[in-house]
Amino acid sequence: MKFLEARQLTKRFGGLTAVDKVDFDVDKGEILGLIGPNGSGKSTTMSLVMGLHKPDAGSIHLNGVDIAGWAPNRIAGMGVSMVFQHSRPLQQQTVLQNVLLACLPNKVTHLRVTDAQRDRALESLRLVGLGGMEEKFPSELPFAGLRRLEVAKALARDPDLLLLDEPFAGLSAGEVREFSDLIRNLRSAGRALILVDHNVKSVAALVDRAVAMSSGQKIAEGSPREVLANADVRRVYLGSQSETVGANVRKRKSEASPVLIVKNLNVTYGKAQALSNISIDVVDRGVTAVVGLNGAGKTSLFNAIAGLLPSRGEIAFRQQSIAGTPAHEIARSGIVLCPESRELFGDMSVHENLQLGGMHLSSADKRERLDFVEQIFPRLGERRGQYARTLSGGEQQQLAIGRALMMKPKLLLIDEPTLGLAPIVMDIISESIETLRKSGELSLLLAEQNMVFASRHADSVYLIEHGAIEWSGPADQFVEQVGGKIL
Amino acid sequence: MAGNTFSIRRPLIGLAIVSLATAVLPYVGLQEYSLSILTLGLFFAVYAMSWDLLFGYAGEANFGATFLIGTGAYTAALMSSNGVATPLICVAAGAAGAVVAGAVLAFPALRLRGPYFGLVTLVAVLIMRQLIILFSDKTGGEIGVAVPDVIAIEAATNFHIALGLAAVTALVLYLLVKSPFGLILEAIGQDSVNAQVLGFNIVKYKLTAFCISAFFSGLAGGLMTFYLGTASTNVFVDASVGVQIIIAAIVGGRRTVFGPILGALFMAIASEYLRPLGSLSELAVALIALIVLFFLPGGLLGLVRLARRPS
Ligand SMILES: Nc1ncnc2c1ncn2[C@@H]1O[C@H](COP(=O)(O)OP(=O)(O)OP(=O)(O)O)[C@@H](O)[C@H]1O
Ligand SMILES: [Mg+2]
Repeated sequence: MKFLEARQLTKRFGGLTAVDKVDFDVDKGEILGLIGPNGSGKSTTMSLVMGLHKPDAGSIHLNGVDIAGWAPNRIAGMGVSMVFQHSRPLQQQTVLQNVLLACLPNKVTHLRVTDAQRDRALESLRLVGLGGMEEKFPSELPFAGLRRLEVAKALARDPDLLLLDEPFAGLSAGEVREFSDLIRNLRSAGRALILVDHNVKSVAALVDRAVAMSSGQKIAEGSPREVLANADVRRVYLGSQSETVGANVRKRKSEASPVLIVKNLNVTYGKAQALSNISIDVVDRGVTAVVGLNGAGKTSLFNAIAGLLPSRGEIAFRQQSIAGTPAHEIARSGIVLCPESRELFGDMSVHENLQLGGMHLSSADKRERLDFVEQIFPRLGERRGQYARTLSGGEQQQLAIGRALMMKPKLLLIDEPTLGLAPIVMDIISESIETLRKSGELSLLLAEQNMVFASRHADSVYLIEHGAIEWSGPADQFVEQVGGKIL
Repeated sequence: MAGNTFSIRRPLIGLAIVSLATAVLPYVGLQEYSLSILTLGLFFAVYAMSWDLLFGYAGEANFGATFLIGTGAYTAALMSSNGVATPLICVAAGAAGAVVAGAVLAFPALRLRGPYFGLVTLVAVLIMRQLIILFSDKTGGEIGVAVPDVIAIEAATNFHIALGLAAVTALVLYLLVKSPFGLILEAIGQDSVNAQVLGFNIVKYKLTAFCISAFFSGLAGGLMTFYLGTASTNVFVDASVGVQIIIAAIVGGRRTVFGPILGALFMAIASEYLRPLGSLSELAVALIALIVLFFLPGGLLGLVRLARRPS
């Protein structure tokens, strides 16, 4: 008998079978990888194990006990812990309090934090590399720090089974390596782990066995090598896996003057300087990429351009200064931001979210735009009526980009377009970026960690480190001059 | 709780000093009339603090504060008028009754998701009011129940009782919200799914918080009945009184424990000063509350904190 045995696990949402008669096992000291395209049911499977959804059929035996359908707090009490696809810390509490929370027993009469609990919280923070950050607030942590905090919370519960939903999303290569080591240590400590992530290489290097899902069903199982070699998995999930750097790079110089010029832009948060003297030219009707690690300042730059963040310096859009202009006017002038946090209207349907994007269009225009967006992202067409909140991580990303496109931007800023997307959707996004480029109707500014992806599409590249531009130039030279060092 | 102990000690020392300083007011020439307004304001403060334990921390809006207060008040009043027990026992029974009634009401309501909790608590007040009017031969109907006994006659003593109650409530609630219990309650209020995944039974915690809130509400309701000499629906079982309590808590500063005291005193004093406006006075108080909220999103206590921190 394995530690966790799921049999014929099934979950339906209305007419959609999100998880369809899936079987899998995990033993202690073992990591199971769960891969599959966006919306294939990976997060839902994890939620079923955690008790966040009740299965419609099937069983989940944990240590011989059938826990299917139990309340999540009871399942947590059995030694199961979960790290969510999105970080959700308590914003009003310190980092230490967030982790202390995870150490507390489910007992209303427990009114004092014991030394043992405090030590365990501190130890978890140290393990994930957050030692020294105890008194900070989550809002002061960089993106990767928030992911670490989530892992610390899960660790503090000392789980026997740990469910990790996309722990690597948005992390840099170095951070992914660090997290992988941490996960390996958990395995040697005799825990069972289930790992979901679209970072195929890191998953393959880490897991003992892999299960591939598609449309709710298990399509392959075995060693990671076997599963990745499986023809079905290649077809529905991996796609071309183009790793060629600068594949599409044309050494073309745009003669047109830049559509957006940023000069000597400075942004400060309190005393901290987030951006210093940033100058950028955005290629007209082309693709410009800003690359850099988490916390380098990409998101601040985008927010400053969109007018969401006060800044000093010059920003000119089509020869008109827009510095200091209110955000809604900037949006109306044609600069549309698709933020990293997506900002969807969760309690509205997919269709309503898209409609809101196209609000200012005539109905004929809107129809034409909707067709265009649904052609790029067919999944959005299939799910018109679904609440945005219930979409899978990757589906939400598609909706966010789709909604931005509905606004008919002249300049579209996409912060982390590939975050949480299956490899095959990267192909789709690649194609759509090329389609958009050819359509000649808009210019794109991308912020990316994934430098391979960025350099594949960009006409020109800016590398940001610690809020300052470290390198800039045409994409082909980026690959030659900097690529070797970072890629 | 996670920070150093001083972060708890300082507010508590502050609470003690302010309470003692307030206690001497009757001896430094404050008029009986002004004392009576402050006394009512302090009872009101207990209601507002209790209400905010559920809203400010557990994130549940209880529109039926007066269901709890009314249960405490009417239990005490009916026991006293029927000559069942001494005033203090009547008051204790009122507090216990509020806890029981609150638990019976909240257990099913807290299991529902969405806005149902607020709705159920609101309906509970309306039903209770109708029942009191329906059985007016026993409850005094709209006139109310007269309470034959008194706990104290002198204005100063009554003021001290209300002050002591408010101080004890503030102390207990403050210690609670700074304890692991309070942290878990806040986690539930901010993200209940995550709280469950961390192993907490959210219904159990919310129910406990609701019972604590009910206990202090019922206790204050019972004591205030003896102070006023009657229990009547317009004072104790009224949805609009519930709204006043909500305004007091939010104007004072939710999620602060002490803020609602300021809010309640402010509302009591403001409505006294505006009494000459007649029926317009309620409107005026609401307007002032709106203005305060507009300029001080953190409430009155937020203002005190701003003033303490130089730039
Ligand atoms: N509450 C819900 N109501 C309706 N549909 C849902 C709900 N939750 C999930 N779904 C749908 O079920 C399918 C599986 O979603 P799930 O989140 O498990 O995908 P995933 O494999 O984790 O994808 P991703 O890689 O994009 O995160 C998706 O198509 C999603 O839209
Ligand atoms: Mg997912």
